[in-house]
Amino acid sequence: MTLGLFGEKLGMTQIYNEDGLVIPVTVIKLEKLTVTQVKTKDTDGYNAIQVGFCEVKKRKLTKAELMHLENNKLPAFKYLRELRINNPGNYEVGQEIDLAEFENIQKVDITGKSIGKGFQGTIKRHNFSRGPMSHGSKNHRLPGAIGAHTTPGRVFKGLKMAGNMGNQNVTVKKLSIVKIDKDKNLLLVKGSVPGHEGTMVSIKPSRTVWNSN
Amino acid sequence: MNPIIAELENEQKKKTLPNVEPGDLVKVFVLIKEGNKERTQPFEGVVIKKQGCGFRKTITVRRVFQGIGVERVIPLHSPKIEDIKILRKGNVRRARLYYLRERTGKAARIKEKVTR
Repeated sequence: MTLGLFGEKLGMTQIYNEDGLVIPVTVIKLEKLTVTQVKTKDTDGYNAIQVGFCEVKKRKLTKAELMHLENNKLPAFKYLRELRINNPGNYEVGQEIDLAEFENIQKVDITGKSIGKGFQGTIKRHNFSRGPMSHGSKNHRLPGAIGAHTTPGRVFKGLKMAGNMGNQNVTVKKLSIVKIDKDKNLLLVKGSVPGHEGTMVSIKPSRTVWNSN
Repeated sequence: MNPIIAELENEQKKKTLPNVEPGDLVKVFVLIKEGNKERTQPFEGVVIKKQGCGFRKTITVRRVFQGIGVERVIPLHSPKIEDIKILRKGNVRRARLYYLRERTGKAARIKEKVTR
C-alpha cells in the first residue's frame, strides 16, 4: 500500500506520553481527500488515483482544471495530487479517503518545501570553514580555491559554491506517529517537519520494514 | 499561536497551580513507576528558577543531599507531578538563585517572607 495523505503544517508543541516524558511534536491538519480520477493500467499505462483537496473559489482555477472537476460534479480543488496504488479498482470518483487506512502505520515520511534562506555563502550553505579574522588576514568568509590550473582548465560541475539555500523539497524519513485525531483531522508526529507553518506537506507511510515493529 | 495548537495545550494544562516563586521551600510529589506499581516520591528543596510560560512552565528545585547538590527540573503541567506543596515562602531579591550553588551550610539559608 502506498496511499498517502496531505495536510497543512500548523506548528510545533509538546505533549506528555504515558511515562510522563515530554515529546516534541509537529501538528499537521489533514485535508479531506476526494478521489477525482482513477487511473488504471489499461487506460493510462499505470495504476493510480488522483485526489483533490482544499476547496477554493471557482475563479481561482483555469478552465481546463475546472472542467476536469466539474465533469465529475466535484467542487473546485486548489491541489490535485496523484497517488500510485496497486488496486485502483477499489476507488470511485467522488469517494473520500478514510483515515482508517492509516491506523496500523507507525512511521511516516513527510515531504515539504523547506524555509527559504535566500542567497547564502559557502559557510552557511555547505558548512565550509571560516578564514582567520585577524593577523592581517583578508580571507574571512571566502570560498577558497575552486579548481586546478591548465589541467583540467575548467571548474568541475557540482562544485559547492554560494547560491540559493532552502526553498526546495525536503523529505524527512521515519517520523513516528504519536497520535491521529480523527474528529479534528489532526496528525501528530514526533520531531520537526520541513517548511513554514501553513505550508502543505505530503505524508507517506515509511518502508514496511520500519512499520513492522 | 495557532488556535488548534493552543487548544491541544489547554487540554493538557492543569486547572490550578500553586503560586511557586524562587526562594520558596517546596515539596514536590512525583509519581514513579516500580515494576507495575506506581507510588509517589517526595522531593523537597528550594526553588532556584522559574522558566517558560503557560503549558511549558518548569521550576528547578535544589536540595543538598549527602553533601551533594541535586537539582531537578519539574515541568509543572506534567501528569507525573501529583502535587506541589509550599512549605515556606522565601524572601529573595533575585529571580534566579544560582548563587546558592556556591554556598553551603549557614550561608545557603534564605530568609522567610513575612506577609502582613
